[in-house]
Amino acid sequence: MLVTRKLLTIVVEASLEQRIAKDLFANGAKGLTVTSAHGQGPKNQRAGDLEGGNVKIESVVSEASLPVILETLEKKYFEHYACTLWVADVQVLRGERY
Amino acid sequence: MFDAALQNLTSVPVLAFALGLLATSLKSDLRLPEPIYQAITIYLLLGIGIKGGVALSKTDLEQVLNPLIGTLLLSATVPLLAFYALPLFGKYTKDDRGALAAHYGSTSLVTFTAALVFLEGQRIEFEGYLVSLLAVMEIPGILIGLWLAKRASSSDISLGESMREVLTGKSLLLLAGGLVIGFLTGETGYTRIEPFFGGLFTGILALFLLELGIVAGRRLSDLKVGGVGLALFAICFPVFAGSLGVLTGQLTGLSVGGAMVLGVLSASASYIAAPAAVRLALPEASPGRYLTASLGFTFPFNLVLGIPLMLSLSTWLEGVGL
Repeated sequence: MLVTRKLLTIVVEASLEQRIAKDLFANGAKGLTVTSAHGQGPKNQRAGDLEGGNVKIESVVSEASLPVILETLEKKYFEHYACTLWVADVQVLRGERY
Repeated sequence: MFDAALQNLTSVPVLAFALGLLATSLKSDLRLPEPIYQAITIYLLLGIGIKGGVALSKTDLEQVLNPLIGTLLLSATVPLLAFYALPLFGKYTKDDRGALAAHYGSTSLVTFTAALVFLEGQRIEFEGYLVSLLAVMEIPGILIGLWLAKRASSSDISLGESMREVLTGKSLLLLAGGLVIGFLTGETGYTRIEPFFGGLFTGILALFLLELGIVAGRRLSDLKVGGVGLALFAICFPVFAGSLGVLTGQLTGLSVGGAMVLGVLSASASYIAAPAAVRLALPEASPGRYLTASLGFTFPFNLVLGIPLMLSLSTWLEGVGL
């Protein structure tokens, strides 16, 4: 009953939330969850200080759509923005939804 | 001017700002919760907009025309001046210059508000429709700054997308929306919301400045990012742009108070609308530089010295017969 999917977690400065959501949906994600987040990292320089800090964007995606999503995000955001992501295997019900 | 400066220095909003600075230097855990900060931003923008709209509904529109044209010219000139003056203050990339031009071309709502509160304290009359000038000046500077940086840059994010983001951002929406609401509702409608948007205003402004003090204090630790050149720019440029604003105000027929406020608008640098737009449109520009300059230096400078300075300049210009 449970099937394996990929959980993609992105932590990024809040101003990018809408742009990243657009990229995720354009590349096969069907949904996402956003929470505000704060923490520390090596770069520690951001414009988000006044506008919401960071957000954590989580999205469960299929194995097939993961590579193109990762490539898009890496190309567009990793060089200049405070941004990090990780991927984990998760078990979900109703696998057709992801 | 000295008395005025002293009175400005001991006003509650300015002292709250100082308390915020102190809190940071003591590494205190004091912070305004994020949603409250956001709510206060909305309150200030909408309240300022509505009050301006009410004043506009009582003004002969012909009277507004000249100052409005003057303000438009200023909002195009100031970012250009900033962009081309920056190389005098050190080495900057094109993106950094564009980013700073966008910040200094745009305006600071809180500096503007502090200027009005200051004038009220001095019992100096000013045109109520000045807010419409703030709304006019908010956006062009940002777009011109971005355009200046983009001309030669290879970045693939289009200016069109940035423009849409700036135009639909909450700053302009609330200011312009407030102006319309105030204009439609007029004095009668305003009477009912006066206790909230009028009576409470300075107190809530103080709360906002407390948070800005905290944020500005944290920015000051970034001083080394920009160096002395950036600090000099952040102090000298507002004086220059502000003088230009006062002069424009006097030439287009504003009162002493009105011309002073136009000066403060020209002197002030944005830290709400501009950083958000610049971060997305010019990712290679360093936030450490533009935020430190606008919030760490220019904002406190204007709050404490710029405002009374613009008033004495305006009074002097009025005295020599402009």
